[in-house]
Amino acid sequence: MNLKEWIFTTDHKRVGVLYLIGSIAAFGVAGVMAMLMRLELSQLGPTLTANPTQYNIWLYAHGAVMILGFQIPALTGFFANYCIPLMIGAKDVAFPRVNALSVWLFYVGIILAILTFFIPDPPDVMWTGYPPYSILTTGNTALYTFTVLILGFASIIGGVNFLTTVVYMRAPGLTWNKLNIFVWCTLAAFVLQLIFVPVLGTAVTLISFDKYLGTHFFDPARGGDVLTYQNLFWFYSHPAVYVIFLPFFGVVYEIVATFARNRVFNYAMVVYGGIFGIVALSGVVWVHHLYVSGMADWIRIGQMVTTLLISVPVGLMVIGLVGTLYKGAISFETPMMYALGVIFLFLIGGLTGIPLALPSLTLHLSDTYYVVGHFHYVMAVAGTFAIFGGVYYWFPKITGRMYSEFWGKAGFWLTFVGVNIVFWIMMDVGVKGMPRRYYDYAQFPQFEHAHQIMTFGAGIIGIGFAVAVINWIVGAMRGKPAGDNPWGSMSLEWTTVSPPPHGNWPTPPSVSEEWHPYGYGDGRVSSDEAILHTPDVPRVS
Amino acid sequence: MAEPKAYLADPALGWDRLWHEVIVDITIIGVLFALLAAWFIWKYRRRPDRQQGEPPKLTPAAGVAWTVIPVFVFMADDFFLAANGWQLWNTYRDVPAERMEVQLESGMYSWDYTYANGVKTQNELRVPAGKPVVLRMTSRDTLHSHFIPDFRVKEDSMPGRVTYLWFHPKKPGEHLVTCAEYCGVMHSYMSGRIVVLPPQEFEDWYAAEAAKLQPVPAAKPAAKKTKKSA
Repeated sequence: MNLKEWIFTTDHKRVGVLYLIGSIAAFGVAGVMAMLMRLELSQLGPTLTANPTQYNIWLYAHGAVMILGFQIPALTGFFANYCIPLMIGAKDVAFPRVNALSVWLFYVGIILAILTFFIPDPPDVMWTGYPPYSILTTGNTALYTFTVLILGFASIIGGVNFLTTVVYMRAPGLTWNKLNIFVWCTLAAFVLQLIFVPVLGTAVTLISFDKYLGTHFFDPARGGDVLTYQNLFWFYSHPAVYVIFLPFFGVVYEIVATFARNRVFNYAMVVYGGIFGIVALSGVVWVHHLYVSGMADWIRIGQMVTTLLISVPVGLMVIGLVGTLYKGAISFETPMMYALGVIFLFLIGGLTGIPLALPSLTLHLSDTYYVVGHFHYVMAVAGTFAIFGGVYYWFPKITGRMYSEFWGKAGFWLTFVGVNIVFWIMMDVGVKGMPRRYYDYAQFPQFEHAHQIMTFGAGIIGIGFAVAVINWIVGAMRGKPAGDNPWGSMSLEWTTVSPPPHGNWPTPPSVSEEWHPYGYGDGRVSSDEAILHTPDVPRVS
Repeated sequence: MAEPKAYLADPALGWDRLWHEVIVDITIIGVLFALLAAWFIWKYRRRPDRQQGEPPKLTPAAGVAWTVIPVFVFMADDFFLAANGWQLWNTYRDVPAERMEVQLESGMYSWDYTYANGVKTQNELRVPAGKPVVLRMTSRDTLHSHFIPDFRVKEDSMPGRVTYLWFHPKKPGEHLVTCAEYCGVMHSYMSGRIVVLPPQEFEDWYAAEAAKLQPVPAAKPAAKKTKKSA
């Protein structure tokens, strides 16, 4: 293996794998930050450090790196790159060199984020970077600004690339109603990125202008307004939740359909009701992050209604998923364990969001551990489980080898138990009043025991994820040969050899009229047979 | 019942009531979905004689029904919750006419209260039992959020705007105030308390503090200054 070939690659699969390696490394760093914070909070008073700023830097790095360095790049970088061209039967993306540029920019962004630990006065502004603190602090807000800008730019050019690819490069016969749910979800996520990332870029640029160039966008003494930043920030960052949610739910759909060997329930409802509905509503719900910020009453009430209505398309997507289990033939390999785990974790996370849609209940719950527990369940934990399940699912395709099923399931159960210990207790102490972003909690000595249990649970989560990553590394080096289609999936990516060569198929595939990525139950067993129904498609051997 | 319901007049009571209602609502939905999923997972596991799914064939009409009916069920629940949430919201925003007004200026890292007669306190707000209290809040530096867990209320304070919150202390006692919006290095140590006194005791203290202010009116700005640097 030649390192230079990897760095200068334009092959979408290698670009994808580079995204995966970078985002898993970022996940490791941000995970260590989480462990340091949990250890700090395991006792009242100073534990690991006597300096609250040190804790605030961990907290900043945990949030910013998990979201911008791990979840978004893993989902819209790795999965999109690796799977979309294979799922639509294309030999690569539309602009392979632009694709290489986006992964380089991603690595620059990751390196900037990691610099946090090496510069004097690193940013301590939380991943939200609210002024006036982000302007008054001695911490390096510019590093935050440039990390966001670089990663945002990488994401935008990725979005242009994938929209073009899916519109123009689908295999002959692969109509819009035969797209995998994951492809639909990722397209929707890229549409959101293209619309909303520039707003975030504007917001973080303006705070650096205020801090370093002496402008006054957010300084009320000179005619600015501090609330403007919060509106700009959440106008992007709430849709960003769907940029994470849509692709990870798409991954779960792929896994569930394959392991239940079943048609996706009511495909048109999932796509045109669920995915389109989320895109339509995503831009008009951001004020629920500002319920206690002193926004005008009429907009708080208006966005209470839109926020509650988000439950409609999301509910349709959950019905589609549970319906896909109905009359399936379900087997329980590691990817399916993670996918089924997501269903239950997402139910908890999604439904605990409903109290937070109501501004009146949020006047108590906002900025407490309840919110932290909720968004970890719904986005952080459910999303990470989907990412881990997805990596396991496509692992035989990527490496041509099989991971260890025993260690896969061991890692799943450890993390599943761990996250429920940590985040269930977190929501409970939150309802009782524990505010978030606290280095110490002298006002709440009654929560010390709960904090200890959460720290213990976090340790279990850490071990579980480490087991999974080690399992991948060992599997990639020493696993048994997996075959081209070990799960018996109908989807197109399983019709080529594992790992697929540059160009994916020796001759470009086309699909027959009867073929569907979820066409199970018609007596056909695998995608290989499905594709044989088209006489003009040569079978890949 | 001619008497107005207590939870409509007191946000803290209304909060507990609506919280209970919403928790029952989401628990029912969550348990239903979880049981359904668990039942499917058990019933439709792969067996030697069942290697493939047998998906139901949905007619276009059934597909539309499976979309429209859940949409209406979810929307019905959403509007039910929205109506209840809005009712409580009105309670939170309608400050009773019979009330005590206190100005609050927050800063890194203290709560500075100013009463109507000019009495100032820091990190301790003394109020009489039985009278609603409204805080008019602003900040001299970063964002802060005046969170009183016992009264189920918080609202951010910030430079350049005045926000408000109100609560109804009924019995003498002490309640924690703590900062809920990240405001800087010592955010987690920014706390104070609300001391609810029997009305007569409060009046005595209030009059005594006011009397201290009377003889030296010129001392007022000076007092403010020392508090700022403290």
